[in-house]
Amino acid sequence: MAWFDLKNEGNIFFAKLNDLFNWSRQGSPWALGFGLACCAIEMMATGASHFDLDRFGMFFRNSPRQADVMIVAGTVTIKMAPMLRRLYEQMAEPKYVISMGSCSNFGGPYWKYGYHVLKGVDQIVPVDVYVPGCPPRPEALIDGIIKLKEKITNQK
Amino acid sequence: MNAQEIYNRVSEKFKEAILEYNDSVLQPYFKISPNAFYDVCQFLRDEDDLDFDYLMSLSGVDYGDLLGTVYHLYSMKHQHKIVLKVEVSREKPEIPSIADLWRTADWHEREVYDLFGILFLNHPDLRRLLLPEDWVGYPLRKDYEMPESYNGIPIIHPNMKKDTNEQN
Repeated sequence: MAWFDLKNEGNIFFAKLNDLFNWSRQGSPWALGFGLACCAIEMMATGASHFDLDRFGMFFRNSPRQADVMIVAGTVTIKMAPMLRRLYEQMAEPKYVISMGSCSNFGGPYWKYGYHVLKGVDQIVPVDVYVPGCPPRPEALIDGIIKLKEKITNQK
Repeated sequence: MNAQEIYNRVSEKFKEAILEYNDSVLQPYFKISPNAFYDVCQFLRDEDDLDFDYLMSLSGVDYGDLLGTVYHLYSMKHQHKIVLKVEVSREKPEIPSIADLWRTADWHEREVYDLFGILFLNHPDLRRLLLPEDWVGYPLRKDYEMPESYNGIPIIHPNMKKDTNEQN
């Protein structure tokens, strides 16, 4: 990021508008908590006081209109897929998706015989970051969030 | 009462209806013909010395050539239990509903209908419980073929081989 204080006084900053936007966007990616299965427990633990998502400027909103990131945490069933797609479409641009856990990455243990499970949430919405694990520990989810922040920072 | 005594008590009244009795297994069971099934259940529930007031479990089974259901009954008062089995053909899978005897059976029967396609006669509200209402087929049947998509949503991944239903 190219922005600096001129002569260290007057608090005037120069920056590319794009960088400024990206900086502000990565600073507060409010999440649409999409807890669908056991991954949601880890996601809640990440949000709670011990791991404290608030220090990343992130906290859960219950409305897609107020959210920037959708964390798909858990098994996406065929019955749930249309609702997931609709909530994604209701989110305001720019919007990002974190796919959390094996189930939403590629179907997980339901890969072969799961007639009722979507084989990866990337079949219906574009995914920015995949977090592996079954379920991923909060550290892994935080790593995914930091990866997403890097991605937002560097986007053109 | 133990299983033999329960069998004696029931077979006094329903000699014809009990097709098989087996107490050499861990949980002794009766096999009952579907026609008399409701009456047997009512008898088991209402007689004072039997008093089966608790339906512990209701399961569906695909035996290959036949379909069936298994009922685990328990009496809170006498602390005895028994297992009932009913078998029906694949062509006409119809079993009387016992949802009005034990309310537990209502959703259990809906689930069995959902996944095995067994029709429960006189059920108050026989709809699919877990799957979407316009789902085609009964997934837990042995001869179920996994569909490629549902309403345009892909179920089989493009990278996946087509031999999904084969054992290997």
